[in-house]
Amino acid sequence: MLKNLTIGQHYPVESPIHSLDPRVKIIITIFFIVSLFLVDNFTTYLVVIVFLAAVIKMSKVPFKFVIRGLRPILMIILITFIINILMTPGKILLKVGFIKITEEGLRQAGFMAIRLTLLIMGTSLLTLTTSPIILTDGIESLLSPFKRFGLPAHELAMMMTIALRFIPTLLDETEKIMKAQKSRGADFESGNLVSRAKNLVPLLVPLFVSAFRRADELAMAMEARCYRGGENRTRMRQLKISKGDYVASVIFTIYFAAVIIIKIW
Amino acid sequence: MAENIIKIENVKFKYDEKDTLYAVDGVNLNIRQGEFTAVVGRNGSGKSTLAKLINSILLPESGKIYVKGMDTADDSKLWDIRQAAGMVFQNPDNQLVATIVEEDIAFGPENQGVDPSEIRRRVDEALKAVGMYDFRDWPPHMLSGGQKQRIAIAGILALNSDCIILDEPTAMLDPSGRKEVMDTLQKLKERGKTIILITHYMDEAVQADRVVVMDRGSVKLDGTPKEIFRNMDVIKKFGLDVPQITQLAQGLYRAGLDIPPDIIDVKELVDLLCR
Repeated sequence: MLKNLTIGQHYPVESPIHSLDPRVKIIITIFFIVSLFLVDNFTTYLVVIVFLAAVIKMSKVPFKFVIRGLRPILMIILITFIINILMTPGKILLKVGFIKITEEGLRQAGFMAIRLTLLIMGTSLLTLTTSPIILTDGIESLLSPFKRFGLPAHELAMMMTIALRFIPTLLDETEKIMKAQKSRGADFESGNLVSRAKNLVPLLVPLFVSAFRRADELAMAMEARCYRGGENRTRMRQLKISKGDYVASVIFTIYFAAVIIIKIW
Repeated sequence: MAENIIKIENVKFKYDEKDTLYAVDGVNLNIRQGEFTAVVGRNGSGKSTLAKLINSILLPESGKIYVKGMDTADDSKLWDIRQAAGMVFQNPDNQLVATIVEEDIAFGPENQGVDPSEIRRRVDEALKAVGMYDFRDWPPHMLSGGQKQRIAIAGILALNSDCIILDEPTAMLDPSGRKEVMDTLQKLKERGKTIILITHYMDEAVQADRVVVMDRGSVKLDGTPKEIFRNMDVIKKFGLDVPQITQLAQGLYRAGLDIPPDIIDVKELVDLLCR
C-alpha cells in the first residue's frame, strides 16, 4: 500500500470506518464537534469518550496514531489549561503571592483540556481513515449545492488535488536547491533568527520561480487534455451511500440524542 | 494511400509582433494516418512551436492547419482538435494532475464528460497499453521519469486520440527511461496510432517511418530515415548529428569497405560485416 505514503496522515487499512462515504464522515465529524460544545459536565464526557473509543477501536487505527495528532497542539492545550487555572475567579484553594488557584479554575481548566483533546482526536480520526483524494471528492460533493450562490466548489477541490500532487514534488525540489546552494557555501543552519531568515532567500527565490514555471506548464498540459473547468465534467469514481453509511448515521444520531438528553436533564 | 490526418499549409508564426524572425516560417507538411514521424532540428528550429500549433495551443499568424479536416483556428472545434491530437510534454512532473496514477489518466475523459463506467474501461485499457497497470494506485511522485512519461502517454490514450504529438518526451529521462518511452511508442504505432515525435536524439528518429528535419522555422529535409541520414554533410549543416551507427558505417565506407552509407540499424551493419 504505497497510496499516499508521504501525503497527510492517512492510515490505510480496511475497516468499517474507512469504507464509509466521505460526505457522511465529514458531516458526522462536524456534528461531533458540535456535541463537544454541548457538553457541560464531566459525566457527559464519559459518553463522548466511550463513543470515541469505540469508533477508534472499529477503525483499526492504532491508538498511538490518534494520540500523535495531539502533539502539534500540546502547547495550546497546556497554555489554555494554565490560563484557565489562573484567570478563573472563585473559591481560592491555594494562594502564592499574586497567583491564585481556584476550585472553579481547576474545573474549568480540566474541562477545556478534555474538550480540546477530544476535538483533535475526533477530527484527526477523519483524516486518518480517509485518503486525501477521497476527502477532496467528499468536500467537492458537499459544497456543490452552494455553487448556485457562486461558491467555486469544483475549483476549490481542483486546487486541493493539485496542491496534494505537488507537495512531494516541491519538497524534492527544495531539497535539491538546498543542496545546490550549500555546495556554493550557503549556510542554512547557524546564526540567529534574523540571519537565518535572510539565508532562506537564495532558497525561496529559485523555488518560487520554478513553482510558477511548473504552474504554467501544468496549465498548458491540462488544457491540452481538454480541461475547461467543472462544467459538464464527470468523475470516474462515484461516491455512493451504502448500507454502512445508514448504520453509521443512525448510531451517531443515537449518540447525539444521548448527549442532548443528558444536557437537558 | 492512407488519408492525411494533419495538413499544414504554408503556416507562419512568431511569438511577438516585434520579432523580425518567424519561429515557424512557411511550413507545409502532411501527416498520414498511422504514420510515425520524427521531427528533428536544433534548438530554436521551431519544432516545438509547430507541435503547439497543431494542438491549437498557439494559432498560426498566416496559413492553415487542419486536424482531421478541422481548422485549428476554429474556436468551436478547439476541444475536438485537442481530443483528436493529444499532446505529451517534456517535463513528466508538470503534466500529471492527480495524486494517484489512475485518477490522472481519468482526468482527460472526465473533462470530456464521459460516462464513469466508460472512463474506468478506458483507464484500464490505457494502463495496460503502456504496461503500467500494476502501478495504477501509486502516487506519481514515487515513479521513475520513464514511468511518469508512460503515464502521460496513457492519459492521452484515454482521450481516444488518433494522433499523439510528443514534444521531446525523452529529453529529461535517463537512457532506460528513454527506451521505455520508445518501446511504448512502437507498441502504439502497431495499434494504428499516428505519432509525431519531436526529439533531439537521432537514435530515436531512426525508429520512425519518416524523418522531418527543421531549421530556422522551415522544413529542410523530409524522407525515410535512410534517405535523410545517408547524407552526413547535409545533416551536419543543420546542426544535427547522424546516428552513431550510421557514422561508423560511413567511416567504414570511406575506408574502402563495401558498405552502403545509409545504415541506420546496428543489426543491419552486423549482418553486412558478417557476410
